[in-house]
Amino acid sequence: MKRGQGADLRMATIVEQLVPIKAKPADVWDVERIRKDFPVLSQTVNGQPLVYLDNAASSQVPVMVIERGSQYLQQEHSNIHRGVHYLSMKATTAYEGAREKVKRFINAREVKECIFVRGATEGINLVMHGYGRKFIGAGDEIIISAMEHHANIVPWQMLCEEKGARLRVIPMNDAGELLLDEYDALLNEKTKLVAITHVSNALGTVNPIKGMIDSAHKYGVPVLIDGAQSAPHMPIDVQDLDCDFYAFSGHKMFAPTGSGVVYGKASLLERMNPFQGGGDMIKSVTFEKTIYADLPNKFEAGTPAIASQIGLGAAIDYLNIIGREKAALYEHDLLAYATERLSGIEGVRIIGTAREKLSVLSFVIDSVHPHDIGTILDQQGIAVRAGHHCAQPVMKRFNIPATARASFAFYNTKQEVDQLAAAIEKVIEVFG
Amino acid sequence: MSELSELYQQVILDHNKKPRNFHKLETANRRAEGYNPLCGDQLNVYLDMEDDQVKDVAFEGSGCAISKASASMMTQAVKGKTKAEAEQLFNEFHRMVTGELDAEEDPNNLGRLKIFAGVRDFPVRVKCATLSWHTMHAALNNQPIVSTE
Repeated sequence: MKRGQGADLRMATIVEQLVPIKAKPADVWDVERIRKDFPVLSQTVNGQPLVYLDNAASSQVPVMVIERGSQYLQQEHSNIHRGVHYLSMKATTAYEGAREKVKRFINAREVKECIFVRGATEGINLVMHGYGRKFIGAGDEIIISAMEHHANIVPWQMLCEEKGARLRVIPMNDAGELLLDEYDALLNEKTKLVAITHVSNALGTVNPIKGMIDSAHKYGVPVLIDGAQSAPHMPIDVQDLDCDFYAFSGHKMFAPTGSGVVYGKASLLERMNPFQGGGDMIKSVTFEKTIYADLPNKFEAGTPAIASQIGLGAAIDYLNIIGREKAALYEHDLLAYATERLSGIEGVRIIGTAREKLSVLSFVIDSVHPHDIGTILDQQGIAVRAGHHCAQPVMKRFNIPATARASFAFYNTKQEVDQLAAAIEKVIEVFG
Repeated sequence: MSELSELYQQVILDHNKKPRNFHKLETANRRAEGYNPLCGDQLNVYLDMEDDQVKDVAFEGSGCAISKASASMMTQAVKGKTKAEAEQLFNEFHRMVTGELDAEEDPNNLGRLKIFAGVRDFPVRVKCATLSWHTMHAALNNQPIVSTE
């Protein structure tokens, strides 16, 4: 059965490649059919059809993923890696099968380079503990960027505090683009790690990480990429990027919460300390000495979120079937449309106007606080995020307390963007 | 949408636009900083206490319309009150916006503050409405920093 599935997927991939998608992506994207795959989207909120525009926080889950999770819980649920019985073997096969799918999804060299974690936050913390605490010391420097999520700031601050290392920050311009000259100037022989986001969750900026990784490698410095916002919305090839670590969350890419991955180059993962100690991450334990398991188990102590990670595998299947490039083109088109619509409303200012953007539209309205925007939109059935988006330094950079953020997925429609625009007009009307 | 118009009443919008006592208070002998880490709202409440009485009160900071209007009206409400009276108002206000006190039925001294009753229908906004009150309470009790988390 597994083989059959693989063949179907390959077939789907080939078929997608044959569709001439470059010309008019919206025309070939049957969004109404796609929406039927997501049961949550068909409900009403406050008497209005739900318009879900908070995908950068958590995206919705398609039936295929829900059913895979349900199948696991009904027919395969058991603990992995340690049972000789039928169910344990079934669960192990499904769990490791999901890892195999992840490997293909990000084009890792080897399956063992894909470590299952709770999400991007845990992935970054794993690298901080496993790599940072072992290889970074007093006087060393870690480079992050001005547009990081707190998840890619706080762990490194904790490490700097513990070790007496120094955090350096790549600044950005008013459009929300990193200043690459400044980055080059920050790199030096003291730099021991670069940790940057691929796509900003608060601004939508897509960073030119391939070149940035190259620059760091000239100093022999490994690079961690926070892929929480990129993995769901664009094809990822960790070998082509040549990043050393890449972390992402399942719940932002159509899978359940509790699923996620941190990829690491095997040569680095092997040299690193384990993250947590416990069962499943050992070869042998005596009171005198413990020998750690090989990759990837070395980093997966305790029973993992088996159902969630299998769900992540199913989400990857789903993305492959609908076509990642096609989805990305559609989302790009949608973002362009939304940018145009919101720019046309007097009093609305878009925060984050980088040339390369993806899926995220942050905005403020003159003299209306984003929380009030969020409440008034919610009353009209529209879910957006209002706040600092776990990126307080970004808010400070733009001298604003918060933004309202609409973030899109391939199941959103232009009609929903029109509803958003109308609802924003309503906000402006309420506040006169 | 009727709940919405109850939340964003004209008086609230007016206080948001033109907050009263919105400045630093040079004569203050008590001050506290209120902070809502969830949304980043931040404000300072200044009290000039004479014996047991709030002789003057002011605030400054940034926040949403609900938190700003609430702070503005809080300053008007507690000015001239004794510490015990101010604490009593905070208690009633808090119970009203969390739905424990019916401002129309139950005895209270809320007066114009009743227009915040609509907040009870928006549980996520309760912290916005109470931030300035928590901060005022902290200043009264000589706690320099308060967080709603």
